Amino acid sequence: MAALPESISQRLVNWARIKSPWITLFNSGACNACDIEVIACLMPRFDIERFGILAKGSPRHADILIVTGHVTLKQASRLRRVWEQISEPKYVIAMGACGASAGAFHGLYHIMERVEDVIPVDVYTAGCPPRPDEIINAVVTCLNLLKEDQVHGGKEWRQNKSDEMMKPIERKVEM
Amino acid sequence: MPEVIVPIGPHHPALKEPVNFRVIADGEKIVRLELDLSYNHRGIEKAAEQRDFIRVLPLLERVCGICSHSHSSAFAKGIEEIMQIEIPPRAQYIRTIIAELERMHSHLLWLGVAAHEIGFNTLFMWTWRDRELVQDTLEEMSGNRVHYGMNEVGGVRCDLTPHQVSTALERLPFLEERIYQYVDMVNDQQTLLLRFKGVGKLTREEVLKYGAVGPTARASGVDYDARRDDPYFVYTEVPWNVVTDTNGDVYGRTCVRIGELRESANIVRYCLENLPKGPVRVNAPKIAPEGEIFSRYEAPRGELAHFIRTNGTNKVERVDIRTPTLANWTSVAMCLVDQNLADIPVIVAAIDPCLSCTSRITLINTPGGKPGIVTFDELRKRGQTYCQEQGPP
Ligand code: SF4
Repeated sequence: MAALPESISQRLVNWARIKSPWITLFNSGACNACDIEVIACLMPRFDIERFGILAKGSPRHADILIVTGHVTLKQASRLRRVWEQISEPKYVIAMGACGASAGAFHGLYHIMERVEDVIPVDVYTAGCPPRPDEIINAVVTCLNLLKEDQVHGGKEWRQNKSDEMMKPIERKVEM
Repeated sequence: MPEVIVPIGPHHPALKEPVNFRVIADGEKIVRLELDLSYNHRGIEKAAEQRDFIRVLPLLERVCGICSHSHSSAFAKGIEEIMQIEIPPRAQYIRTIIAELERMHSHLLWLGVAAHEIGFNTLFMWTWRDRELVQDTLEEMSGNRVHYGMNEVGGVRCDLTPHQVSTALERLPFLEERIYQYVDMVNDQQTLLLRFKGVGKLTREEVLKYGAVGPTARASGVDYDARRDDPYFVYTEVPWNVVTDTNGDVYGRTCVRIGELRESANIVRYCLENLPKGPVRVNAPKIAPEGEIFSRYEAPRGELAHFIRTNGTNKVERVDIRTPTLANWTSVAMCLVDQNLADIPVIVAAIDPCLSCTSRITLINTPGGKPGIVTFDELRKRGQTYCQEQGPP
């Protein structure tokens, strides 16, 4: 695909992707609250469909995967499989305190603690559960990332940037 | 025609939560249903043994996101009974208000999901829009839309201001008007009637035999409600009725839930108008004396039971949670027999399944990959050898 980015068809695809991202929801052991808040986003009050965001059942149709919950051991391989089915470019939003660090469930025996242990995560949302507005914000953040990634031609630049940020700071000690 | 196994799940576009159905079908008719519910098992009961009473309530609240107040109430109620403390009347009223608001949001949610399962998305959108009003009220009172965190051992966390009470009262008439519209819709919308009537029938005898609870049981004429038969909070002071129905099918369950919506709105109004003055919390001791309690609570989906055993420390020795959905699964497996394949979603949705609180562990024999059954003694022996190998902590 590397030779194509300038072609009209590819530009059209990129434009469509930003205007209408499709999301799919994966419950990896959540307590249901995050799930109902995602569904509440689709409802008349918040109505994310007006931004072209559609919820899809099948991961093969989706651009953005929303993972709710800490990952239970039994769901880990399934989550991985679902993630592998999504076509590139794919983005992952980890919902709530659970997605980041297992939240209230920290230290339980049947969970993985973090979504990042199973699949790479692009955006985290705070809250237990996050409000629907915050979920919309997360999707919009994801779209901004997508735009930047299109400019840079992939996700690698972010990896390099975060590596740079993680580098120990060299201080010059003046004698 | 030979029987065919139709596997559905654990991740499937029609499912909201991970569950695995193996439907054994003969043509279009269902012969048998096999279930695997264990995808969401987290081990909360074990974790609850390691946290003190202050820290265990937020954890138990997260057993289920939809009936979160039910779990923390059932636990707090049980522990208060063991400690023999009486919580102030204002706290009782506030707990009742939150509990009934939660029932309203849960039943509206259910009505929408059931309508969605039969492809009636207009109703789905309507109920979820009206549900937002309930959510607003809950958010104003507790600060969060879903996990309210209102309960504490010894009372509730925060008081209601007069402003909160008046705005909540202002919202009720609109909600009641909408509920009356739903009653009309359920009674004369052909779309609903054709898909709900006569589907997933359960007789009274079957309900009693398979131990179904909540609206599923009440729709078959079983007149049982833990709020009336084992009263807690202020349900003895508030005028309200148990809603029952005799249809026993999905239509009956819808009628019961809509009737309960109306009752809940009345209870909330009564409690808000008659809110007594006084403190909302008493200082509870940190330590509970030795004791055992079986705490029953009528959650939106049916009777929820917490068995709690304490041993004179600030932690529970054992807490066992029997959720209503677990009690209802057997009845689903029974009423699916001889129904059409296309009716699976609506019959399953009719018990308002909540899988995150129902998950139990299944033993998988790793080399063969076959699920099996172990007896209690085998399990115990296994635990003992495991502990011996691990050595003292
Ligand atoms: S973040 Fe909170 S609301 Fe969301 S799944 Fe975890 S416990 Fe439930």
